[in-house]
Order: sequence, then C-alpha cells, then structure tokens
Amino acid sequence: MYKNPPSGDVSLADFEIFAVDRLRVLKGIEEAKSKGQRGEQLQGTVKDLVDKHLKGGQNVAAAWKDAVSHFVLRLAYCRTEDLRRWFLAHEADLFLNRFREELLGDEQADFIQQNNLPYAMMQPKEVEALVDDLAAVAFSVGNSGLGSDLRNGQGRHFYKVAFEQVPDLVAGRRVLIRGGWAFLPRSDIASLVVGHFRAHLSKALVVTARRWAASLAEEEADRLTPIVDSLSSRYLGPDFGEARLLRSDITADQIPILAKQSFPLCMQNMYQHLHEDHHLRHGGRLTLGLFLKGIGLPMDESLRFWRAEFAPKMPGDKFDKEHGYTIRHNYGKEGKRTSYTPHSCVKIISATPGQGDYHGCPYRVWEKEAVRAALQKMKVTPGKVEEAVNRAKGGHFQLACASAWEGAHRCPCDTGINHPNQYFEESRKTLEAKDTKAKSALPATPLPAGAKQQFQLASPSTPMQTA
Amino acid sequence: MPTTDQPAEQDPLADAQAGPQNGPGAGDTDMLEGASDGPAAAATSFSRDELLKIYYGRLFPFEEFAKWLAYGHDSKHPRADATFFQRREFCFTLDGDIFIRYQSFKDKAELQAAVNSRQPAKIDIGPLYNVPPQRRNAYSGLGSERAFAPVERELVFDIDLTDYDDVRTCGKEGHICQSCWPLMALAIQVLDRGLREDFGFQHILWVYSGRRGVHAWVCDARARRLTDEQRSAIATYFAIYKGQENGVVKLALTQTLHPSVQRAYTLLEEAWRERILPEQHLLEDEESWQGILRYIPDEDVREKLQGRWSSGRQNVEGNINTFRWLDLAAEVEKARASAQRSKDFSGAHGLRRACEEIVFAHAYPRLDMEVSKKMNHLLKAPFCIHPKTGKVCIPIDPAAADEFDVDAVPTTSQLVAELNNAPADRPSKGSDWQYTSMAAPMQSFSSCFLESLVASNRASMNSQVQSAVAAPSLAW
Repeated sequence: MYKNPPSGDVSLADFEIFAVDRLRVLKGIEEAKSKGQRGEQLQGTVKDLVDKHLKGGQNVAAAWKDAVSHFVLRLAYCRTEDLRRWFLAHEADLFLNRFREELLGDEQADFIQQNNLPYAMMQPKEVEALVDDLAAVAFSVGNSGLGSDLRNGQGRHFYKVAFEQVPDLVAGRRVLIRGGWAFLPRSDIASLVVGHFRAHLSKALVVTARRWAASLAEEEADRLTPIVDSLSSRYLGPDFGEARLLRSDITADQIPILAKQSFPLCMQNMYQHLHEDHHLRHGGRLTLGLFLKGIGLPMDESLRFWRAEFAPKMPGDKFDKEHGYTIRHNYGKEGKRTSYTPHSCVKIISATPGQGDYHGCPYRVWEKEAVRAALQKMKVTPGKVEEAVNRAKGGHFQLACASAWEGAHRCPCDTGINHPNQYFEESRKTLEAKDTKAKSALPATPLPAGAKQQFQLASPSTPMQTA
Repeated sequence: MPTTDQPAEQDPLADAQAGPQNGPGAGDTDMLEGASDGPAAAATSFSRDELLKIYYGRLFPFEEFAKWLAYGHDSKHPRADATFFQRREFCFTLDGDIFIRYQSFKDKAELQAAVNSRQPAKIDIGPLYNVPPQRRNAYSGLGSERAFAPVERELVFDIDLTDYDDVRTCGKEGHICQSCWPLMALAIQVLDRGLREDFGFQHILWVYSGRRGVHAWVCDARARRLTDEQRSAIATYFAIYKGQENGVVKLALTQTLHPSVQRAYTLLEEAWRERILPEQHLLEDEESWQGILRYIPDEDVREKLQGRWSSGRQNVEGNINTFRWLDLAAEVEKARASAQRSKDFSGAHGLRRACEEIVFAHAYPRLDMEVSKKMNHLLKAPFCIHPKTGKVCIPIDPAAADEFDVDAVPTTSQLVAELNNAPADRPSKGSDWQYTSMAAPMQSFSSCFLESLVASNRASMNSQVQSAVAAPSLAW
C-alpha cells in the first residue's frame, strides 16, 4: 500500500534511474490501454513491464526499488492537478494488475487483513440466507458461472463491505445490497482494494504537494528539485495545448487540403458541414475551433477562416459581433483568459450531440452504413473500412479511428489514437516522410481569402497528393 | 392580543396587521360576515402576502422543524455540538425571485424571527457547512484546509409528474389529479423500500412538493455523510429510466433482473394492472396503445392486436384497459412460445421481456437525478407554501401513499379560515396548527419520522459517550 516511505540511503543516480524505470512501466500501461488492452491481456503486459523494469538489477531488491521509485514519482507528480491525475490513474492500474497477478486467493485475504481494510469475510450462515439473491445478482451481471455455482452450493466466498466503499458497483447494480452492506464475490475484491489504494494515494499526493511547495523545494533546490522537475515533464502525454504547438504557421487557406489529408473523421465531418451550410452550432464551433488551434492555426488566421466560411450567410460585421469573441476566447484572449486545450477523444466521445449538431465521435454516433460510406470517401482501404466499422460496432471507437488512420495512410499506426490532434500530427509526420519531393512540408496553395473552394469528402483526387 | 370578547376571530388579523377588518369597533360586523359566508369566504378576502404572514406567524411548525434539523444537538447532552444548527444553509426566496442564499441561524428562535420578518415565498434547505454560512467570508483566504465547504446533507430525491408527461393521459405539466397520483405513490413505495431494505436507512421523510411532485429526505447519519460520488451511485442505482429515444423509453435493464429491480417490478406490476392501466386509460385510444405496442419486438403480434383493437370495442366485461392488457400478454406469450419452438432464442427473449419493459417504461419512478447527486443542491423545505397553488408541503406517510389525496392538501386560505373557527379559549402561545387540517399531517410527521429520529439521535450520542468512557485516551 506504500503507507510509509522507505528509509535508507539512495544515491542520486539510483534516485533518478529507479524513477525513470517506473515511469516506463506507467507509460507502458498507458499505451497498452490506449491500444484497447484489457483484462488478462493487460495483466500480461503489466507483468512483462514489471519484470523488465521493476525487478531491480544487481544487488537491488525488487521491493526496495519498487518503494523508492514509487515515492520519487510521488514527489515528481504531486505538483499539479493534471500530473496527479495521470499518476494516480496509472499507479492504480499498476497496483490492480499486480494484486491480481502476484497474490493468490489466501494471500489477498492476508493483504486485506494486514492493511486493516474494512471488509469482513461472510459467515457461511449469512451466505446461506442470501444465496438466492446472490445468485440472481450473479446472473444479472452475466456471471452465470458464479450463479450456477451458488445454486449448487459452491462459490461461497463472499466479502461484506459497507456500500459506501463500492459506489461504482452500486451505481451499476452489479452487487447485492442489503441493510447497507454490499456483498462481493472474492473475485471482485481486487477492484475494491484498488479503490482504497487510490483514495490513500490521492490524499497522500495532496499532502506531499503541500509539503513540497512549503519547504522541500527550497531546501533541495540544488539537489533533488531539478531531477524532480524534469521527471514530471519528461513523459507526460501531450495535451496539444499551446506549450506543445509544433508549428504556428498554418494559414486559413491550407485548411481545405489539410482537412482532406489529415483530419480525423470527426473533424472532417464538422468541417464539411461548416463548409456546405456556412454554419456550425456551438458544440461544433468549439470542438473544431480548438482542434484548429491545436494544429497550429494562429488566432488571426482562425478569425479569417471562420469569417470566410460563414460569409455567404453572415456579413462580416455581424460575424465579428457574434462569433469573434468566442474565437478570441478560445485562444485565451477574452474572458477569464485561460487558453483552452483541444478536446481529446475521450471528451469528444462523451459528447452528446443533439439534432443539428455535428460534433461528437462519428464512430459512436453514426449508423454503421454512414461510417462505411464516409470512410470509403476518405479512400480508406476496404479491409480497414470493415475493420473500423466492426470496431466501432463493438464500442471501440478510438480503435476504429486508428483503423481508419491506417487505411488512409496505408501504414500501421503504432501509437493508437487518443486525440484528434495526435491523429493529425501522426498523419503529417507520415505524409511528410513520404513526400520527399515537395520542398515545403506543408501544402502551399494560397487561395484568395473567402474563395469558395469546393470541398468534398468524395473528391476523386487521391488524398495523398499535394497540389 | 386584542381584548375583545372573541379574540379567536381576530388573532390572524392582528398578525396580519392589515385589512380594514382590523379597524377598531369593526369586530362585530366581521363576525357576522364570517358566520354567514362560511370560513372559506372569510379567508379569501386576504391577499396572498397576508395569508403567508398569518401562516408563518401562527401555523408554521417551527418547533418540530428545528427539532428535526438539529438532530439532537439542541440538547444539553455532552456530545451535542452547539454550532450544528448554525452551520446549516437556508435560502429564502422573496417576491420577484430574489434569492437570499447562505442564511444561517443560531437556533429555532432566530430562524423564526427571520422568517417572520422577511416573509419568504419559499424556503430552501441546503447542506451543513464546516462554518456557519452567514460568516463564510470571514473564513475565506485561510488556505485550502479551511475553505468553506459542505460537510453534511440529507440524501434527497425529487420526483416530478412533469417527467411523466409522455405516459399520462389525464393532463400535462402542472396538472395533477387522482388519476396520475398512483404514479407518485408507486415512486414512493419503490424508493422507500429500496432505501430501507437495501441501504438500511430508517429515517426517511416523504413530502408533497405542493404541486405535482414529491420529495424524499433521507436523514440517517450515514446518509447525511455520503460523498457526492456515493450520492450519485445511489441515485443511479435507482435510475432504471434513462430518458427516451424516438418515443421509446430507454431502460437500464439487464438480461435477468437484479433482485432489487425484481422487487420493484412486483410492486409496479400490481399497481399497473389495478390502478395505472385503468385510471390512465392507456389502452383505450389508438394513439396511446400505439405507443405501448412499440415495445413489442414482433411485428405480427403488433398487427394482430392493432387489428383487433381498432375494430371497435368488443363486448368487454370489466375495464377495457385491463382486458386488452391480458389480451396483449397472451399474444406475446403465444409468440414467445412459438419463437422458442423454432429455436429463435433472441426473439423469444425479446418477447419475454416485452411486458416487463412496458411496465417499467410507464410506471417506474423517474428521478430528477441532479437533485440527489450533489451535497450542495438546495431543496424546498417541508411545510413551505407552494407559491402557485397555495398548498402546504405536507409530509406523506409512505405506508399510506396510495390513499394520499392531493385535492385534500390544505391551502393557506383554508387553514386561515379554520383558524378563525378555532376555539377561543386555546392557549395564546403554541401550536395553532392543531386546530386546523395541519393536525393530521403533523401527527404523521411525528409518528412516521420525528419520534424515531429523536430517539436514534439520543441513542447514538449516548453510545458515543459510552465508547469514549470505555476507551480512555492517554490525553487525560
């Protein structure tokens, strides 16, 4: 549970090496999850990662390394809300998978007892009294194995837990609740323990952050602070916010071609509707606007772009009045002056577009046929179109998007897709590598401002081609 | 108190400090008028503001109200926390939708004085904060540990008949009548049983919201300390109804039912056959039965029933709706059996569920989730007056929810009229509500809720003392 930090001497070199090794593990988990690994497959990956990076080396005990690296990273990742969230999520995944992998049934029970976790094993009599309902719950959550075991007088190992401890199981009606107790089969106890782990770590991170800021950072200014600072920035997944902008030289005129070549389906869709209707509702304006900011469209160009797209339906001065503010707001130039970061896939997928909205993840929102047609228009290879359609159908929207990327660029996508801006950047990287002939990395087709360029997803020209 | 021969007649008037009747020497004529026109007529001569003033002045049960919200901390018990009541947020709504948030009061007397002087059209109860809300600014800027934050709050539920507009035929929006009340009664029964049996809560107060809905206040100590996440989990646990899509209700039902959902179904099914179906006339006219037939996945069954029902009313004994429901259930079962025989298992499964789904879609409680999810969501206090209807938000006995009569809920003008007829020799101070129709609801408030809550508050404080004695700390 990492309740107490280890005490002993650690060399500065070890301090950093251990931490980086652990970061590799956490980063590995993040990648595996973004590729859609779950359950046993993920457990296997985590085991490999742990064996490779955390098992210590010569003369280093694994437990020592585990503890030191954990506490060093706590220091590094306690300082902002975002860092904490990232660290917490992946440490919890690591813990959960190790709990399942490394501890057998009775050892888990020992662990629970040693750490004074508030769960009690149910007495056989108690189980007997509830056995019908316990079986009914098992069937209702699709665990018919356990359900029939219970009816046959087996599978009687249950833990009794205050319902407050398992809000997610309560919310999903995945557990039997009676008289304020939730009754969990032994196999579910891991997720419960991880809840404790998470709560404990979350609190500890906040405390560490306060102490670090209050005194330690000063005292350790020459020694640990530089290491700690660099650790947290080194491996954190990109957020495609301002700090990470690769370029800011995209102009409004390049958008049509870039859209065709490198926008993910969600952005293509919004762009197409904007271009045809000369209008886009708020959700769409926000999502597309921030995405464009993320690919490197400066604010002035953004204003120019939107004004031109709206032009046929809205005179320039009306546009400035109604929409100028929002665009400047997105860039952090108005209102509370925070610069907003582009939406990630998670956010886009969780959006609930209404009638007349075009934001949201097409792989989630659209019918199968619509996805297929759109991907065909994007010139995605037929095999990949089917793969994407099936993955979307199975609820794996980001994987579907990755399939589409692979089909459109005709090469494998190693990273998985978890951000539309990442889709874009991977696309640019790949296309620019292929496109050695062209002098400029970017398509240079200046268009007169406001010119109506016909944009069609069904464009017969090959998507790879730069003009 | 005026020293006339009949002070009872004039008490409310004196409190209202208004109206020509209050003029000196007018007493006799008023009494005559009151006697000839009946109590209701006498009361209607008051404006809404005057009625409210009399209600707060003479009838609002401050004593019981404050007793509830103090949770035993108003006693001299060694474990009592004198700041407890004071840390509770009240919000007053004044005329013209002016909200005054973060009101807090030392005790019952302060609350009563404030209500009487401001005459709020509505009083909302918020959470208990770490510091008295009134003085929250004094604590700001002391660092994150002492930030002003809610620490306790009853678990509350809000169910509103407007959310049932697609499944009630008797009226829409603000409408409520004895035909749609069974839906509310059912919601109370389903939630009340779930909260008691599953979550082990005991102190649950059900309140009529004054117009077209009901509120629940779960007041167990354990419920009051729930985090937002846990509140949200409980609300979701009860949320089978998930909105609708293309005119069909979306339901969070699993292949086989969770025991608590099964229990709810047993309650729903009975009420559905006996009250909701006949009283809402759901299978009587085409538009409404079309909506129900949509839940049957088999087209043949739909067409068969459609054909039979549109050819006019058969000679039916008893209620046509019940008759057609049995007809529907029989057809569905026939189709299911035949699907089963031809090994179409998914088809058979869909048909097996069809009747269940219809019942859940039409009768399962539809919660306003947002109210329950957050600690700091305000909710209208019991015993308020609904500004539009003038009705008092009175408690409902969940065991008798079926018999609750919305039309019999007292209004302020009725209460004031009853007060006018109250015996003259009653004590000048104290609970005037016992001379009015408030008496019965107040009785139910005490017997269903307050008495056991007070007993349990005392028991828990005593056990805290005992455990403190049993485990003497080294800090002595």
